Amino acid sequence: MMETQQVEVNEYHEHIKTLFDDGYEMMVDLTAVDWFRKKEPRFEVVVNLLSLSKNERKMIKVNIDDETLSIPSITDIYPGANFYEREVYDMFGIIFENHPELTRILMPDDWIGHPLRKDYGSGRIPVQFKNAPKVD
Amino acid sequence: MVKNKENSEDLEFWATNSEEGGWNIASTDEGSQKMNEEESDQQLKIQTGSDVVDDYFVEEETSEDERMIVNMGPQHPSTHGVLRLQVELEGEAVRRVKPVIGYLHTGMEKTGEELTYLQGPTNTTRMDYLSPFFNELVFSLTTEKLLDIEVPARAQTIRILMTELNRVSSHLVALATGGMDIGALSMMIFGFRERELILNFFEKTTGLRMNHNYIRPGGVAADLPDDWQKDVKEILKVIPEKLKDYDEMLLDNPIWQGRLQNVGILTTEECLAYGITGPSIRAAGYGWDLRKMQPYSGIEKFDFNVPVLQESDVFARWRIKVLEILESLKIVEQAMNSMPKGPYKIQDKKVTPPPRKRLDESMEALIHHFKIYTEGFKVPEGEAYVAVESPRGELGCYIVSDGSSKPYRMHVRGPSFCNLQALPVVMADSPIADAVAAIASLDPVIGDVDR
Amino acid sequence: MYSPDNIFTTTIDKAVRWSRTQSMWPVTFGLACCAIEMMAAGSAKYDLARYGMEVFRASPRQADLMIVAGRVSQKMAPVLRQVYDQMAEPKWVIAMGACSSTGGMFNNYALVQGVDHIVPVDIYVPGCPPGPQSLMHGILTLHDKIMAGEINR
Repeated sequence: MMETQQVEVNEYHEHIKTLFDDGYEMMVDLTAVDWFRKKEPRFEVVVNLLSLSKNERKMIKVNIDDETLSIPSITDIYPGANFYEREVYDMFGIIFENHPELTRILMPDDWIGHPLRKDYGSGRIPVQFKNAPKVD
Repeated sequence: MVKNKENSEDLEFWATNSEEGGWNIASTDEGSQKMNEEESDQQLKIQTGSDVVDDYFVEEETSEDERMIVNMGPQHPSTHGVLRLQVELEGEAVRRVKPVIGYLHTGMEKTGEELTYLQGPTNTTRMDYLSPFFNELVFSLTTEKLLDIEVPARAQTIRILMTELNRVSSHLVALATGGMDIGALSMMIFGFRERELILNFFEKTTGLRMNHNYIRPGGVAADLPDDWQKDVKEILKVIPEKLKDYDEMLLDNPIWQGRLQNVGILTTEECLAYGITGPSIRAAGYGWDLRKMQPYSGIEKFDFNVPVLQESDVFARWRIKVLEILESLKIVEQAMNSMPKGPYKIQDKKVTPPPRKRLDESMEALIHHFKIYTEGFKVPEGEAYVAVESPRGELGCYIVSDGSSKPYRMHVRGPSFCNLQALPVVMADSPIADAVAAIASLDPVIGDVDR
Repeated sequence: MYSPDNIFTTTIDKAVRWSRTQSMWPVTFGLACCAIEMMAAGSAKYDLARYGMEVFRASPRQADLMIVAGRVSQKMAPVLRQVYDQMAEPKWVIAMGACSSTGGMFNNYALVQGVDHIVPVDIYVPGCPPGPQSLMHGILTLHDKIMAGEINR
């Protein structure tokens, strides 16, 4: 039921537009995968489209250039992509061109780093009594 | 442990311990996530909720003095958690809205990459804390799809039974908190009272009232308790009666109708554009339900209807939840009567740990048990996306496996996350009193938004 | 019953401590899963009103007790501290649930590993989430603590 398509970055926006005209009314999900040291190029954006009229899903995968880390935004086709693209920017540092407001969404604004990258540690810290005041 | 906080030096220490690796408490500025007086045209369109359907209406030009930006949340009783809204008001009317989220960001997707597939439901169940079974179900279904296994019929029916009861309890909370926000305080008491009945059954079956970790890859954690039919029958008897009480109280109540009808209109077109599914799109006249369209876990065997309303306002979104509870109870009744016999876990040595009794007898069983619980089972390389119909819409799980016993990437598509994008649509251009009703009708769960 | 001839004797200390325990108003600080259990504790079946604390105040200025119900993220930490600072003395904090007590199962970049990094905590309630009974036990323990403590904290 689910079909997967691999497209290039420069065809990506056009391709999504074609699918939108083709009856894929809803963008269900947009996320990214970090293939750190496993694959080249490193980042892959995964878009999940749903056609309610045809009852079909389609998964579109785009490889992102390591140098620019950028991909066109699809908020002009699916307004619902707004939050998802901001989330991917926040978590992976992928830049969406022509996005109306590309800011951090889940992390505080002054956060350094992109947490879901594989080279970002999970931040596991030994917590017990870390800053506890000394008891006399 | 009781902390000593008598002198002011200590309090000072709590507030500014950033030198020793603590947190910088002073930073409450939202920086670039702030709503500005002047925004770009596209931003203005999004914040006034008119970028899909332009039904935005301003009576007359008002001076700048009458406009003010008010902060609502994150600690606010009617935002259902820690949602924060920046609202531009013009007198009593809401002009622009900007949701700010992330105040409950728990890093579950990162934690999910560190847990094995068997531990995964422990993590995902805490995402949407009002419908924990759905989170477990979607994670388990995705793992099972990657493993290419089919769970036994009894496990499937137990899953359906539990998730549909969970839909009832989740909708009851939505009705309760929604009522409270609008001022129908009795609704709050009623909703939570009836929910206790279902939670007692959950506690009996799974051991916990919430966050059960009951549905796991390969089946469910335990069989149903003895004489479980009695409890389910009690639920089936009591809840429809109480729903009648709600209807008596609210359905023809002129105040309730006046507060909710023609408020917070969310049309089908907007639902499609923002990716909103679930009760909201069904209240807007589009009968899309994944249980019918893309059935999972054998739900196609059950006979039920999908209620659809046309009004697409807050009243319809409230009404459809009541109707869905009745339909879910139909499924529960059928599941109870048609519960198959047999194992509740898949009999596959690779996935299922041996039963507890075997551990005392067999060395191999002990090793096998130890391996499964420490190392976990390996899942073949690949990726899968599975979606189920949660009480708030399409709940999807996307797992990328690299052949090890932990997911390489685990992403959950929470329905509340994109439902929140419609807040400007339902809130803008209406009095601020209606705004609260509109938030409640979308029923956002912030744990699902921020994950 | 009004009876003008009767006299009670007690110490001021005891009277103040008693009055503090009997009408302790919590601030609504629901964050995550535990908030639902906190609401369940406040509604029909468990009925927190028995302890004079059915009014969950939305404003921290009117509250004595902060029940931190749920996980506290790094983004929420300054807000939590601000709400705590706005509460009038005397004030108490209950860390409800594993996440707010220690960070719980989420030991990662996003969460504050225990709310005691930010505010002083009086009572830790274990559980994930703690049931309404556990929360009530925590509240009653806090009452005992207040009754046993001094009035000028």
